[in-house]
Amino acid sequence: MKLTLRIWRQSGATGRLVDYALDDLSPDMSFLEALDVLNERLITSGQEPVAFDHDCREGICGMCGLMINGMAHGPEKATTACQLHLRHFRDGDVVTVEPWRAEPFPVVRDLVVDRSAFDRIVAAGGYISVPAGSAPDAHATPVPKPDADTAFEAAACIGCGACVAACPNGSGMLFTAAKATHLGVLPQGQPERYSRARDMVAEHDALGFGGCTNTGECTSACPKGIPLTTIARLNADLLRAHTTRSDR
Amino acid sequence: MYPEGSPIADQRAPAGPIESRWDRRRFSARLVNPANRRNRSVIVVGTGLAGGAAAATLAELGYQVKSFCYQDSPRRAHSIAAQGGINAAKNYRNDGDSVHRLFYDTVKGGDFRSRESNVHRLAQISVEIIDQCVAQGVPFAREYGGLLDTRSFGGAQVSRTFYARGQTGQQLLLGAYQALERQISAGRVEMHPRTEMLDLIVVDDRARGIVVRDLVSGAVSTHFADAVVLATGGYGNVFHLSTNAKGCNTTAIWRAHRRGALFANPCFTQIHPTCIPISGDHQSKLTLMSESLRNDGRVWVPSNPLDSRAPNDIPETERDYFLERMYPSFGNLVPRDIASRAAKNISDEKRGVYLDFADAIERLGSLAVEQRYGNLFEMYQRITGDDPYKTPMRIYPAVHYTMGGLWVDYDLRSTIPGLYVIGEANFSDHGANRLGASALMQGLADGYFVLPGVIGDYLADAPFEALDDSHPVVADTVSEVRGRVKTLLAVNGDRTVESFHRELGRLMWDECGMERNEAGLRKALERIPELREEFWQRVKVPGTGEQLNQELEKAGRVADFFELAELMCVDALHRAESCGGHFRSESQTPDGEALRDDANYSYVAAWEYTGVGQPPVLHKEELVFEHVTPSTRSYS
Repeated sequence: MKLTLRIWRQSGATGRLVDYALDDLSPDMSFLEALDVLNERLITSGQEPVAFDHDCREGICGMCGLMINGMAHGPEKATTACQLHLRHFRDGDVVTVEPWRAEPFPVVRDLVVDRSAFDRIVAAGGYISVPAGSAPDAHATPVPKPDADTAFEAAACIGCGACVAACPNGSGMLFTAAKATHLGVLPQGQPERYSRARDMVAEHDALGFGGCTNTGECTSACPKGIPLTTIARLNADLLRAHTTRSDR
Repeated sequence: MYPEGSPIADQRAPAGPIESRWDRRRFSARLVNPANRRNRSVIVVGTGLAGGAAAATLAELGYQVKSFCYQDSPRRAHSIAAQGGINAAKNYRNDGDSVHRLFYDTVKGGDFRSRESNVHRLAQISVEIIDQCVAQGVPFAREYGGLLDTRSFGGAQVSRTFYARGQTGQQLLLGAYQALERQISAGRVEMHPRTEMLDLIVVDDRARGIVVRDLVSGAVSTHFADAVVLATGGYGNVFHLSTNAKGCNTTAIWRAHRRGALFANPCFTQIHPTCIPISGDHQSKLTLMSESLRNDGRVWVPSNPLDSRAPNDIPETERDYFLERMYPSFGNLVPRDIASRAAKNISDEKRGVYLDFADAIERLGSLAVEQRYGNLFEMYQRITGDDPYKTPMRIYPAVHYTMGGLWVDYDLRSTIPGLYVIGEANFSDHGANRLGASALMQGLADGYFVLPGVIGDYLADAPFEALDDSHPVVADTVSEVRGRVKTLLAVNGDRTVESFHRELGRLMWDECGMERNEAGLRKALERIPELREEFWQRVKVPGTGEQLNQELEKAGRVADFFELAELMCVDALHRAESCGGHFRSESQTPDGEALRDDANYSYVAAWEYTGVGQPPVLHKEELVFEHVTPSTRSYS
């Protein structure tokens, strides 16, 4: 099949969209494999290949992230860019490929952005303080299955940043809320539950992410289907954090 | 082909009862006073389960830690892709499990090519890992009573595998990553993402630092410490197509090998039986379908190999459930090496074999099947376009894990003092074949418990002399790294890195893959140096060294794969027996199973580097079995 890829190229402070026509593609290729084909061609013709982030190529590491036709990770629901296959496009389509665009995610080169702001949100409190060796027996605290399932559903976040890219406010609230929910519904996470919510949100705001206005674009773009209810939980914890003693 | 050097042996594991060796070693290892730990520094390269856990734990103990990864965040290391689970001898099921049984299963599963002391310690520590991970908030699968669920994995008849749907690796890694971020926030770990180690600095016979390249700016710089820990994973990408992430590479351990660390059992490669087959020449990687699927999925091929009907049109009587037929007591849950070879012998890459859930869906209902494997089924459908609830999955074996790695002693110390190697990067625990759900166990055991428990013994002599870039050894190492980067860019030939990698990978898969023989290995040993030569004459790397340059990164990694590939073939050729994942067609039983030769090959082959294209020197570590008597592995 044939596609025209209209790709954002940037090596300094500004960039532009460049068209690349590709024929001889197979519908069984992944979208990233189409970029591989393009890059092979660019290299052999003496041009610089398109830089893009990717690693596991099975939808779990969270490293890939492309705006494809204005949609984070492209048109397929619950699918990362690396798991998107060309069979979902029509022969002859023109496909626009851009990097995530958000103030806290500056473009490094072409389609590569710097997402280290996410690490800083986690560092601000997205953990349970339990040094190695200090744990009680795993069965000491049973966890009701519904709570374990809620925690798991939130913990499935891969930190790709699609939620931020999709949000009109450039908010990282779904990412932050997923971590707060994962740890906050488990008994192990209770001691730091409210301080965790407060500190992560404070860091989130300080890093320049926008506020949440409940548009829901984030959950719709999320390749792991993190639900919007996590943000409601985060807000409840945040309220509690600000209305109780500061050491909570 | 190679000269033989002096034998080596582990000097750290105490003799005497195996059950108390780890206790006794921890007692004999020297400690560093808590107040002095902040004056001792450690570099940890890699942030997967082993590296992430080690960096966090060493920082918790009070050491100064610097952590490095090539990805944009430590959370992305390839441990994250592990699907099925993690083994632990908790015996929560009351089904006869014990530390000794996990130890026994692992030594047997490894086809009696691993070191008993290390494996026993691994089984002991397995129970602590589950405790630690649960306390961190890892959302393992639970039953309605709130207790942890477990399932069965290949090579075991007990149910000791803990899991978090099909995302166990991700959840365990997030636990380690969060612990690491906590230490970064506390100022005890200095984190360097998008930074790749390109060489090891060895001064006065001690590992003292690393040379790295900042992948964004291209700047080459040095980092020093009192000890260096490599947790850089396996080298399965030498085959080009594997289940590894695209960035997984051998460079860190290969560079350390070139600086003097012995490389053990490089040919021991695990081929995973259930992966999605290649769909065309564009294929960039292969995707695993978790071994857990073999709990309920049945593997079969058409009885007539020429049968071209769709799988659902083939009646029950014309199907061959070959694993159940050949291995009635373990059935579909035989170890990986056995299942892979059986699939290869009965089918080929194009046809594959079927993994069928029709029985399970009939027995349990599709809802229950979805709860167990839903995300794996979705992944399969996304990649192939077929719905496994309706049509059997089509699968074929693919390269997945490397049991070989840098040689380490019981303290996980390599042959270079101060250089520790943990996780998949070392060779220590899995012998010639790793059992499913044991990689996560080993990575976390090494990172959370083993390394932090013994590294003090070495650091007690630190801090060592302060170093800077003006030291002649350091200056030489840096200039070698810069020279290499410059050369790769200067060749400016007409072939892409990818085309070389593809050709090398195909050669390795054909001649040093699931089945090896003398003629094929000799052919590969002739071809690899030619191809390597051609690489350095014709490779084309666009761009400069002072920018984000992903082709340059790849070129450096593939250049090291060429050197490693040759060593793998030498190792595979010299080991004229079959064991575990290493199957030599010359050495098989009448019914086609691996035929081990304990009289001649009951040792670890640890290779010493002598120069590119020069014959390596073989050092043997004899394996002693005092607790598990080597026998012919039988799963039938």
